Amino acid sequence: MASDVTAGTMRKSTAGRLQPHRIVLLVIALAIVLASIFYLRWDWLPAYLPLALQGIWRTIWLLVVTSVLGILLAIPLGLAQAAGPWFLSVPARTFCTIIRGTPLLLQLWLLYYGLGSLFPQLPWIRESFLWPYLRQAWPYGVLALTLSFAGYEGEVMRGAFAGVPRGQLEAARAFGMRRWTAFRRIWLPQALQRALPTLAGESVLQLKATPLVATITMVDIYAVASRVRQDTFVTYEPLLLLAVVYMAITGIIVLAFRRLEVRIPTRIG
Amino acid sequence: MKTFLKAAIAAAVIALAGTVSASAQQVKVGFSPEAYPPFYSQDASGNWGGWEVEIVQAICGEAKLECVLTPIPWDGLIPALKTNKIDAIMNSMSITAERQKEIDFSDKYYNTPTAVIGPKDQTFDATPEGLKGKILGVQVSTVHAAYAKKHFGGSASEIKEYQTQDEANQDLVAGRIDATQADSIALDAFLKSDQGKACCDLKGYVAPDLEVLGPGVGAGVRKGDTELAGKINAAIKGIRANGKYAEITKKYFDFDIYGDETQSN
Amino acid sequence: MEAKLIDAIIPAAASGIFDLLALEPPGWGGNLLRGLLSSVQIALGAYGVGLLIGIGGAYGKLYGGPVVRDLLGLYTTVVRAVPELVLILMLYFAGTDLVNRVLIAFGHQPVDINGLVAGIGVLGIVQGAYSTEVLRGAILSIPQGQIEAARAYGMPPGLLLRRITLPAMLPFAIPGLANLWLIATKDTALLAIVGFNELTQTTRLAAGATKAYFTFFLAAGALYLALTLFSNVIIARVERWARRGTPQLSETR
Repeated sequence: MASDVTAGTMRKSTAGRLQPHRIVLLVIALAIVLASIFYLRWDWLPAYLPLALQGIWRTIWLLVVTSVLGILLAIPLGLAQAAGPWFLSVPARTFCTIIRGTPLLLQLWLLYYGLGSLFPQLPWIRESFLWPYLRQAWPYGVLALTLSFAGYEGEVMRGAFAGVPRGQLEAARAFGMRRWTAFRRIWLPQALQRALPTLAGESVLQLKATPLVATITMVDIYAVASRVRQDTFVTYEPLLLLAVVYMAITGIIVLAFRRLEVRIPTRIG
Repeated sequence: MKTFLKAAIAAAVIALAGTVSASAQQVKVGFSPEAYPPFYSQDASGNWGGWEVEIVQAICGEAKLECVLTPIPWDGLIPALKTNKIDAIMNSMSITAERQKEIDFSDKYYNTPTAVIGPKDQTFDATPEGLKGKILGVQVSTVHAAYAKKHFGGSASEIKEYQTQDEANQDLVAGRIDATQADSIALDAFLKSDQGKACCDLKGYVAPDLEVLGPGVGAGVRKGDTELAGKINAAIKGIRANGKYAEITKKYFDFDIYGDETQSN
Repeated sequence: MEAKLIDAIIPAAASGIFDLLALEPPGWGGNLLRGLLSSVQIALGAYGVGLLIGIGGAYGKLYGGPVVRDLLGLYTTVVRAVPELVLILMLYFAGTDLVNRVLIAFGHQPVDINGLVAGIGVLGIVQGAYSTEVLRGAILSIPQGQIEAARAYGMPPGLLLRRITLPAMLPFAIPGLANLWLIATKDTALLAIVGFNELTQTTRLAAGATKAYFTFFLAAGALYLALTLFSNVIIARVERWARRGTPQLSETR
């Protein structure tokens, strides 16, 4: 079913500029898609479909939640680096350097297994109201992915804040605007506008980072595919489906941001 | 500029130089590079040891095979065997009907009961009623995972699957799961460790289910590779008979972990 | 409560940390360093393979025929849309299988592709897609007149690439390529999932054996960070070297 969709979109996008070689490539692609439908094993698909849909939903949820939280965290990080006093800018820069300088997989395992190994020595944690959440895997996944997104996007926001022309801020002050108002009305909107083009790329990178949470027992679409592979010993087909799913989500992200960028006027001063 | 190009080419050459052609007699024995004491464990200098490592060496020595231990993650072992990346799996893999659809097995070389452990401050047993509402951790793609889903899936509140048993043990210590089900000997080794002693104890052995748990642990070989399976079978018989098996086992256990003498398949 | 928190962290820190991280067994420090070495090896190899693919890919995308261009577009799109983890699993199992099937089909002996080569190959293919885009952008930034002038002198394509295109595009390409190198070093960690013995995997094993998860993951983080910071120093030097003789560029980052 999923393969039909790809074939369909391919045909639509090339309809305008159908050159002879593209028709040949398209026929080959279609043949490959048909061959993989008929010659590969898909009999496991109906049984795992509900689980797969749930997994896709979890992946998207994780992507959206961590990206939004990550941006909210990236704004103060960028501001602190661009305009903060040293006691704010140094920690912010250190944080960004550490996050960007180490692999996400390691950060995730440090948070999940590293912190987990400290729990037995801290009995009060198990009595605290947070324990029902700390027991589960998703808070760690959300935390690690949020921090990672904030680390990368914080660097972008630093440049974006620094790139807003000083004259605009000075003009706001001259009008008697208070600092907070000037930040809210002038500085932040312009900085966000400057950061917008990077957001599509960062979101795709974030999507590509989500399957790592499967290593800490979260059941996203990647984990579902692994389970299919382990239960049924079908090796490649779940991976193929996985690739198609991620490509589809990537496509949606790219299109959504393209529409967003068209809507938001990009007259940068 | 030239140095830049040279560096790029040199890097590519380093990459390709590693390709070695296969020699025919070598038998690559796949195992999962994870701490699974007392069967597999790595020491601080990076060498692998343990009961199963020694048994693999003994079997290969007896069968006059040149075996090379090849690390492959647990969930990739069967795909790797099917795609010729390795020639045999000797990694505490239980012989089951489900796996026999994909690969062949040698005779068993050990068989031990399956146990459930949990925190000391909780009392329950290894039955569906005992695990009611509990979070049970198992290693993914094992007989234990299959057993837990079949027998405890209805009563346990959640069955969490871990990539390695070690990580499940770790989460039991952390208190994220209430119990874990695995091979009794592997769990015993954990319970005897400082960490295990402090936190957990044995809750009981699960009721037998031959169909899921299988007749024991054997060496996995490719479908139709009767030559290798035959050699391994003969070697298992050989080391059972000449005392080598008992000698290795004595170093790790105070009983014979082979199980019943009856041949299983 | 605070005292308890410190109590919880300090025993691991004070009593065992230096013993655990000692270079000689029973310390695991030597193992971690060996892991780091193989991480660097894979990163270097993958980066080199990626650069070669990138140079070819960028040339194909700019000057190739329509079929080549479409195929390269497909390659870079797919690689950039699918998670590295999935690509690694696919290429690690399917890729080596495919190579051997092709070799057998053409009557050759199957080769034993070891983990190092597979890892380098897989990450190299991933890197190649990104460096194709970086290099394509950099070549497009070269003033066209320079290339046209070289063509007018009748310079053969190979010489043109070596003498004009590569050196002229380098200042434009280096920020992107530097970023790719940093990505390569961090992507090696993903090979832990296929059981390859690089830094993250050795850390995981050391942590599993000693139960000192926190200590070892922190130590590995420090090693990765050191590698990144060291790379940054080298990158700054290379950047200065590549820009020699070109007019001062305004901050392009």
